[in-house]
Amino acid sequence: MYLSSIIFAIVFFVAIGMFTRNVRRIIRNIKLGQKTNRSDQKSKRWKHMARIAMGQSKMTVRPIAGFLHIIVYVGFIVINIELLEIIVDGFLGTHRIFSPYLGSTYDVLIATFEIFALLVIIAVSAFWIRRNIMRIRRFLKPEMKGWPKKDADYILYIELVLMFLFLTMNASDYWLQQHPEGQSYYTQAGHFPISSLLTPLFDGMSYATVVTIERTSWWLHIIGILAFLNYLYYSKHLHIILAFPNTFYANLNPLGRFSHSETVANEVKLMMDPSADPYASPAVESEPISFGAADVKDLNRIQLMNAYSCTECGRCTDVCPANQTGKKLSPRKIMMDTRDRLEQVGKQLDRGLAIDDKTLLDHHISREELWACTTCNACVEACPISIDPLSIIMDMRQYLVMEQSSAPSELNAMMSNIENNGAPWPFNQQDRINWINE
Amino acid sequence: MAEMTQKGETPEVLFWVGCAGSFDDRSKKITKAFVDLLQDAKVSFAVLGPEESCTGDPAKRSGNEFLFQMQASTNIEVLNGYEVKKIVTACPHCFNTLKNEYPQLGGHYQVLHHTQFLHQLIEEGRLKVDTKTSYKGKKITFHDPCYLGRANKEYEAPRALIEKLSAELIEMKSCKEKGLCCGAGGAQMFKDAEKGDKEVNIERTEQALDTKPEIIAAGCPFCNAMLHDGVKNKGKEGKVAVLDVAQLLAQTESL
Repeated sequence: MYLSSIIFAIVFFVAIGMFTRNVRRIIRNIKLGQKTNRSDQKSKRWKHMARIAMGQSKMTVRPIAGFLHIIVYVGFIVINIELLEIIVDGFLGTHRIFSPYLGSTYDVLIATFEIFALLVIIAVSAFWIRRNIMRIRRFLKPEMKGWPKKDADYILYIELVLMFLFLTMNASDYWLQQHPEGQSYYTQAGHFPISSLLTPLFDGMSYATVVTIERTSWWLHIIGILAFLNYLYYSKHLHIILAFPNTFYANLNPLGRFSHSETVANEVKLMMDPSADPYASPAVESEPISFGAADVKDLNRIQLMNAYSCTECGRCTDVCPANQTGKKLSPRKIMMDTRDRLEQVGKQLDRGLAIDDKTLLDHHISREELWACTTCNACVEACPISIDPLSIIMDMRQYLVMEQSSAPSELNAMMSNIENNGAPWPFNQQDRINWINE
Repeated sequence: MAEMTQKGETPEVLFWVGCAGSFDDRSKKITKAFVDLLQDAKVSFAVLGPEESCTGDPAKRSGNEFLFQMQASTNIEVLNGYEVKKIVTACPHCFNTLKNEYPQLGGHYQVLHHTQFLHQLIEEGRLKVDTKTSYKGKKITFHDPCYLGRANKEYEAPRALIEKLSAELIEMKSCKEKGLCCGAGGAQMFKDAEKGDKEVNIERTEQALDTKPEIIAAGCPFCNAMLHDGVKNKGKEGKVAVLDVAQLLAQTESL
């Protein structure tokens, strides 16, 4: 056992251990929400996930961002194959252990990784320019100030650094493979179409210096990846994992079908049933029923997973009619607020504290935002990973109306019209037929 | 409907008029245009008249699930009482609610938007459209109602009807899946908008006017009202007409 193998094992298992703890926190927090059944229509769900998450079908609705994203996405998956070799090498203290087994396939693989590394560098640079130089409206909204903006930039910097480390590692390796002293350890392995262009940089350096460069970039690359893995929990970048379950558990019903309340249905049935005993007490003493959502615990688990999955790309907000016309509502902010509040509650649980009486409603999301929604479903349609901000808005409206009776006064008037004369306007139901004779 | 049932007749379809189509002056014209078309196509249809009540859509979108279900249950009792199988409506909100939100409460019907039904009638040869219409070559842009389009994925039926008129159909910069709302949905029709720098209907009307149309076509009485107000606000009243697809077809009928 080499010393390096021991150090690697420690670094690796600490990183995986921390990541596991974060995953457990996320699962615990999501389970604070209400149960909801979305495990029907399995084959349709797999197809939905394959098309939208794996196939990126909604990303390309915006061709430029979509194309760049596909490069980074495919690059990420492809280069992760190399990660497997790096981990095996790390544990065994070997170097490019797959090369003897794969032969010329290995050359093709390494060459592919290199080309993707370059493409990722180009795409990530373009993303940085879009975020920092071009004035793209959806990246400049008020909810993006502070951490969300920094988070977005950090992700791009980390990806750039990782790709440069990867290419430096390969370039120095390639240089060492050519060197007479390197023949024993750095055996001829791989084809390096991109990093071979960098090798002249090492000319004139000593063998030992280049070995140091190779080892340093190898270690920094893998440590960087493990650190990035642990950064996910604190970042919108969590979507690289959650986009998959999120699309799998997406709402497959027509977007116009809003959620149905069985509790209300039972109440209504009882009211309309002439044989029901109005004084009968419920057979089982149950918890007092509450309607709608005031805080994260009232939302369902899919909605909470949605909040963790959101990448804050702002396509929803960009198409929101209320947001486009200067109202406070931003569907992206609804998702960000939900995650922030859920994290707040989660942190209190971590510390063993009682959950404070702040709520998602009013402390994060204002009534003004909720009432500005036209329920047009543009945000739901626009989301590249099937997040449903509208369902949260609707649940919170339901709380406002059914628990607090605090709808805007015009809506209260509209509702009492419906109750009294069966139309949202104060017209007599008997006059519904008058158009025939007009 | 009551009269037909008394006579022992069963209409082919129930025309659900909706509140706008019953009470709003501009929407009543849509109702009448659609009825003209039904009569021309010799469709036997009935209306509920005073037995029709709000579907509950604005109550549900406002968050009043209780009121919604009360309305729905009452309507379902009436509809099931008459053994209604097929419903057509000129309002996408009624259409969506009847089609998607009534089944869970025991109301199972085949529900069609009037543009879908009219398209079927033409395809079946029951409704004839004069291709040498006064719309020939006219620029018409179509505004997708959210509850017909995104909510129910029907983008083609109204467009197919406009194309039958030999008119030039031009699309706005955001249409179909990306169509911008008129600003009326989600019960916004019945309240003032929150503070902002523009009304949604003005934004949408500007998009429509950017296509330099002679007619803005809609498929929803509320969109129709919002866009009409937008056109008026932009000083284009009299120059650009806002009409329901049924009105376009009915006018060719009489020509």
